[in-house]
Amino acid sequence: MNEILRINDLSKRYDDYAILEKINLSVRKGEVVVIVGPSGCGKSTLLRCLNGLEEIQEGEVVLDGEIINPNKKNLSKSRERIGMVFQSYDLFPHKTILRNVTLAPIKVKKRKKSEVEAEALALLDRVGLLSKKDNYPRQLSGGQKQRVAIVRALIMHPEVLLLDEITAALDPEMVREVLDVVLSLAKEGRTMVIVTHEMQFAKAVADRVIFLEGGKIVEEGKPRDFFENPKTERLKRFLQTFTYETVENDEIEMEQV
Amino acid sequence: MDFEVIFSYMPLYIEAFLLTIKIGWIGIAISIGIGIVLAFVLHFKIPFVSQIAKIYVEVFRNTPLLVQLFFIYFGLPKIGLSISAQACGAVGLGLLGGSYMTESFRSGLEAVSPSQTESALALGMTRAQLFQSVILPQACSLSVPAIVANVIFLLKETSVFSAISLMDLMFTAKDLIGLYYNTTECLFLLVIFYIIMLLPVSVLGSMVEKKARVRMFGA
Ligand SMILES: Nc1ncnc2c1ncn2[C@@H]1O[C@H](COP(=O)(O)OP(=O)(O)OP(=O)(O)O)[C@@H](O)[C@H]1O
Ligand SMILES: [Mg+2]
Repeated sequence: MNEILRINDLSKRYDDYAILEKINLSVRKGEVVVIVGPSGCGKSTLLRCLNGLEEIQEGEVVLDGEIINPNKKNLSKSRERIGMVFQSYDLFPHKTILRNVTLAPIKVKKRKKSEVEAEALALLDRVGLLSKKDNYPRQLSGGQKQRVAIVRALIMHPEVLLLDEITAALDPEMVREVLDVVLSLAKEGRTMVIVTHEMQFAKAVADRVIFLEGGKIVEEGKPRDFFENPKTERLKRFLQTFTYETVENDEIEMEQV
Repeated sequence: MDFEVIFSYMPLYIEAFLLTIKIGWIGIAISIGIGIVLAFVLHFKIPFVSQIAKIYVEVFRNTPLLVQLFFIYFGLPKIGLSISAQACGAVGLGLLGGSYMTESFRSGLEAVSPSQTESALALGMTRAQLFQSVILPQACSLSVPAIVANVIFLLKETSVFSAISLMDLMFTAKDLIGLYYNTTECLFLLVIFYIIMLLPVSVLGSMVEKKARVRMFGA
């Protein structure tokens, strides 16, 4: 049991309104944890607490023995070790794709430009975007931008990668190209915490699935059990919202007559 | 229209034109300097100084340049500080323009999407790296249209310099009309020289605006 990330009794409030209540979670090295739950249940907030983008009121986040604290001076040092990709890609519009990718390693990690560029090109090639290296984000499709955003996070060699609904803003035909990249990252043993509404993808990629509702972890389990034998009534109801009943054909015909 | 009159007035107009451009652009340079500094002060909410900056912006945005020039030109000597008409024109224009430029640069800084900040922070950037590499370049592009508009506005505002006896274009035209009554020729020259002064700025400004827009939004 090779723990890399631990969340201890984490509580998050806006004013008096509790968003997350006493969340406990431990992530092992190489594990892929998928978080699902209804809109507004606090999934994004939880991810943002993990890299200190949100202050927390109680509890702590521990990355490999080091506490991540939004008020800490060297928070940026901890953030180097946690990559995050957002729903809206948020590439830097004024920089080319290559510069988007190389900016942080050069500025933040002070690595050599030539070495960083070589790595960036290799990573862009891996996601099929080498030919776009001199383009600007505005010239790319949503799916392409999101793959660049993944590369931009990867080049920092994060120990944990956080993905927040990275396909939610994409047209359906682009979802696949992005999720395939994530699947390949999972195969090579990356530690990831993923928030998604794509249940099929969750089933395929997860080592463990967590159901978050009302700011609490309601149920968690291996993907098979989680999706096929949900224990709690609330998870059952949640999973049902993703399936559609077959419409009875004769009823439609009757109405049309 | 008498072209002989026009040609004979030409040297006077050229002299006035050069003076107007000189004072105008010095004033604009001052205003940009003030604007950049105060936009930072306001953006970073530097205590005390930012309160003063706010008051300055409101006072100078909401009073006419003419009134400001009178204050500087006739007011300062009363407290023992006399100032030449040229310096007064440049400083007055700079202070007026500074209030506008402050707002333009500040809104440029504010217009950079907060998600840019988050994605930069998530990459481990410090606040300083974030500001230098992500916020500032985008803010510059975003504030270009407002700054171009300010420059054109300020160049036109130079026409009130005549009120403090600066021999600018307006002064020269009024002077000549008063002396010789060649109203048509004088006004014709006035229009021509203002167009010569402003047209290149407008054209160049549109080009820069387009470039900045493409950089940020791609269209
Ligand atoms: N700055 C804020 N101030 C107050 N409440 C907030 C703030 N940000 C988020 N919230 C609230 O916190 C709750 C959780 O938000 P969060 O974005 O984490 O939900 P989510 O599970 O990611 O939802 P979605 O699936 O729609 O992305 C929501 O009810 C939201 O209204
Ligand atoms: Mg969310």
